[in-house]
Amino acid sequence: MAILTRSEAKRILDKVLKYSRADGASAQLTGAETGNIRYARNSVSTSGIVDNIELAVEARFGKKSGVATINEFSDAALEKVMRRAEELAKLSPENPEAMPLLGPQKYVDVNAFAKGTANITPEQRAKAAADSIMAAKKKKVVAAGYLEDDRSFAAVANTEGLFGYHVATSANFTVTMRTENGLGSGWAESDVTDFADMSTALTSGIAIDKAVQSQEARALEPGKYTVILEPNAVSGLLGYMMYSYNARSADEGRSFMSKKGGGNRLGEKMFDKRVHIYSDPADPNVPATPWSGEDNMALQRIDWVRDGVAANMPRSRYWAEKNEEEAIPTPGNLIMVGGDKSTEEMIKNTRRGILVTRTWYIRMVDPQSLLLTGLTRDGTFYIENGKIKYPVKNFRFNESPVIMLNNIEEMGQAKRVGMWGFSAMVPALKVRDFTFSSLSDAV
Amino acid sequence: MDRRKFLQLSGAGVGASMLPFAGNVIAESQLTTDGIDLSVKKELADAALNTATKLGATYADVRIGRYLNQYVLTRELQLQNVVNTESIGMGVRVIANGTWGFSATNDMTVDGIAKATRKAVATAKANSKHQSEPVQLAEQKGFGEVSWKTPIQKNAMQVPLAEKIDLLMEVNKSAMDAGASFINSSLYLVNEQKYFASTDGSYIDQDVHRLWAPMTVTAVDKKSGGFRTRNGLSQPVGRGFEYLDGRAEDKVQSQTVLYRDSYDMIEDAKLAAQQAQEKLNAKSVKPGKYDLVLDPSHLWLTIHESVGHPLELDRVLGYEANYAGTSFATLDKWRSGKFQYGSDKVNLFADKVQPGSLGAVGYDDEGVQTGQWDLVKDGILVNYQATRDQVHMLGQDKSHGCSYADDWSSVQFQRMPNVSLLPGKEELSLDEMIKDVEKGIYIIGAGSFSIDQQRYNFQFGGQLFYEIEDGKITGMVEDVAYQSNTQEFWNSCSQICDKRDYRLGGSFFDGKGQPSQVSTVSHGSSTARFDGVNVINTKRKIG
Repeated sequence: MAILTRSEAKRILDKVLKYSRADGASAQLTGAETGNIRYARNSVSTSGIVDNIELAVEARFGKKSGVATINEFSDAALEKVMRRAEELAKLSPENPEAMPLLGPQKYVDVNAFAKGTANITPEQRAKAAADSIMAAKKKKVVAAGYLEDDRSFAAVANTEGLFGYHVATSANFTVTMRTENGLGSGWAESDVTDFADMSTALTSGIAIDKAVQSQEARALEPGKYTVILEPNAVSGLLGYMMYSYNARSADEGRSFMSKKGGGNRLGEKMFDKRVHIYSDPADPNVPATPWSGEDNMALQRIDWVRDGVAANMPRSRYWAEKNEEEAIPTPGNLIMVGGDKSTEEMIKNTRRGILVTRTWYIRMVDPQSLLLTGLTRDGTFYIENGKIKYPVKNFRFNESPVIMLNNIEEMGQAKRVGMWGFSAMVPALKVRDFTFSSLSDAV
Repeated sequence: MDRRKFLQLSGAGVGASMLPFAGNVIAESQLTTDGIDLSVKKELADAALNTATKLGATYADVRIGRYLNQYVLTRELQLQNVVNTESIGMGVRVIANGTWGFSATNDMTVDGIAKATRKAVATAKANSKHQSEPVQLAEQKGFGEVSWKTPIQKNAMQVPLAEKIDLLMEVNKSAMDAGASFINSSLYLVNEQKYFASTDGSYIDQDVHRLWAPMTVTAVDKKSGGFRTRNGLSQPVGRGFEYLDGRAEDKVQSQTVLYRDSYDMIEDAKLAAQQAQEKLNAKSVKPGKYDLVLDPSHLWLTIHESVGHPLELDRVLGYEANYAGTSFATLDKWRSGKFQYGSDKVNLFADKVQPGSLGAVGYDDEGVQTGQWDLVKDGILVNYQATRDQVHMLGQDKSHGCSYADDWSSVQFQRMPNVSLLPGKEELSLDEMIKDVEKGIYIIGAGSFSIDQQRYNFQFGGQLFYEIEDGKITGMVEDVAYQSNTQEFWNSCSQICDKRDYRLGGSFFDGKGQPSQVSTVSHGSSTARFDGVNVINTKRKIG
């Protein structure tokens, strides 16, 4: 088992830091046990468990630093890894952007560990896959899916007295159901902290319904449409936007957040006034490590966009000091506040529009306007007079999330989704004038 | 994407790079130390094979790997990070009760490998209860004790770090002096020392080297609030550090300098800075149908997405349905023998042997000697990319040699070989090709790319776009992306330059599988012409 307790982790970190002969040192101990099961064509293809624990040590001499890693923890090994980090630090050139080590941080309490995931057995994993395959066979569709579950811990410490410890569990399940004739495809995801909250049968049922209903899609002319984007369709675009949402690149003039004439667009109303996006490591729906990966700075609840106004952007300590501004660490989760309407209710309120299950293969076309291209996939439907009328062929879109968040008609309930390696709460959105630029024959 | 395998090498924002990271961070000096002794590897391998056989496995292979990586990252006139990593361990794969089982360990002892082998056999036997079709493995003769090495002249791992940093600093200075606002440049160096043994009687020792030297140059016009980037035109290669010698005979003069078997990074940085500034004021393209003239530095990515991926047999069969997707190039189309993938000018071939390519190895990761085969011949779909346990589904009895694992701890599976466009048979230069184009766009360098999950509809950008009017290049245009459908696009191919223009491009980080594995692959072509392709204008205004 790769999960060390707080005191076990602290003992190793204290010991390795005691070996330091450098000006300063920091250490990070991480461990995870990850299980997975994969299936396709209604049959399990692979499954495995990976157990790993690793200690990374950074030694500092002025603005020089070196990092070494090791996965054994005897006294000799701990001394060796510190000496190696010191050797690397001495050899490395000075980093003009190096910042001093942080002192003790006050990390918020985060409850991210669930027994249901911690105690998962290979039998449960096999049953999770079997439930999905059984559901598929019953409806004569073909299942391909993947379940991955993690139990992990992270502990950080440095010679300035900083210490933090965090344990977490998570499980992510995705499934694609395809009709045997190849004319219908559906997809669904479940992303949870506690495996007990996951039902692969229920999630598979959603994908099966979409697969069956999406058969024999009709072609609609590409153009601007009112769309209802389900949370997994929104998240692909939103993830790109938040990845580019950074004070330094904005100040440097190479971001959609750069201001004409210099500076950035903080304080400007950039989006519809209902848009509220924030991060909070202690959020019970999407708990996250309470420190930033860059330098272990404590994360707090922070608004990125409030009432449609750009309120804050992540700003590194180096960039903050240079500009005499506040450093804002990069978050580990994202929450976009939604409304209270279900997708069904949003469909009911729509005279003409298109329901999009999911967006896929999204790439940046122009970072200046944040224009993205990508495709709809696994369930795209035409809505007329409050009802789903028929499935439609998939579209390629060329759209900017900035424009999307300005054209909001209605917001649905937020749902937890996997986004760029972390978890996020994202609502369904009804958006006008969404730009579809061509048709795809893909099912 | 497996988040634990990725290390954030620099701060968030534009300069951030998430890189595949396996193994321990080591000192530079360890990159050049000797690998595991050959006799030790043979002893460990035999222990695995004997254990597997004794436990009833009908087939077993073992891969003993030492994977070395060095990454050097810079921006403007400063070094951002250097990371050296080493990953050592063994992976055992067996067939028992007609089912695959796999296990890996970094315990480099006879006991360690025997224990891993027992786990692999146990997994195979457990999984065989849910197996409906037993594995059918194509015959493969054993090669005895053989070896293969990437034919490099200068081992990049032996080049001192200081020399690499000096080079990148000179590159960055060249760009900044030429008016760039920013530059990010990097070096990625890889050495895979892999040993493969199987119950077929092969003991194969390979030493594989790869290198990539990418950069992005940015020009900012603060007054207008505009900015543009131009990426370097280097290609990732299966070569040594000599790739960065930038020999005169490897340079191709066009609207910018293009590169064949070596690369002048300092020169390209200067040109990139000039062109990024030129892009700020270039004319915005008028959307419509154009004849496209696509340089190999661009066309490789279109080949990769619209030919390489759809002809992976596991995708065609549905094994990747939940991740990468399936394929429009279904078996019935192939069986018809009449599926017109492209025009009769189009010949696409797969290989694992082209010198300097990323796919080049002597043997794949299941002991198959590599070679070359046709995928599309005179426009007709004729074959796929397959491994030993797949070729029987095509009625073939010999594996194509497409098995690859990105680490000793990952299980090998079907990965894309090099997929390339054969040069035109008739003599044709770029100038001669452009001379006949009435309304066209000449595209250099790979840009934005997106394609649907069955590989029909795609959209590609680029780095440099030049308008062609009545047989002449009239100037730079911007905001260009072209959209097409794979079959329509390849059927619109009307001309391909001859072999004098043939160059390789490639991808250094191609992802596939769950959990995801990274692979590298090259794609060669000469400049080719595609008629009447839909070009869109990508300029948008926000708030």
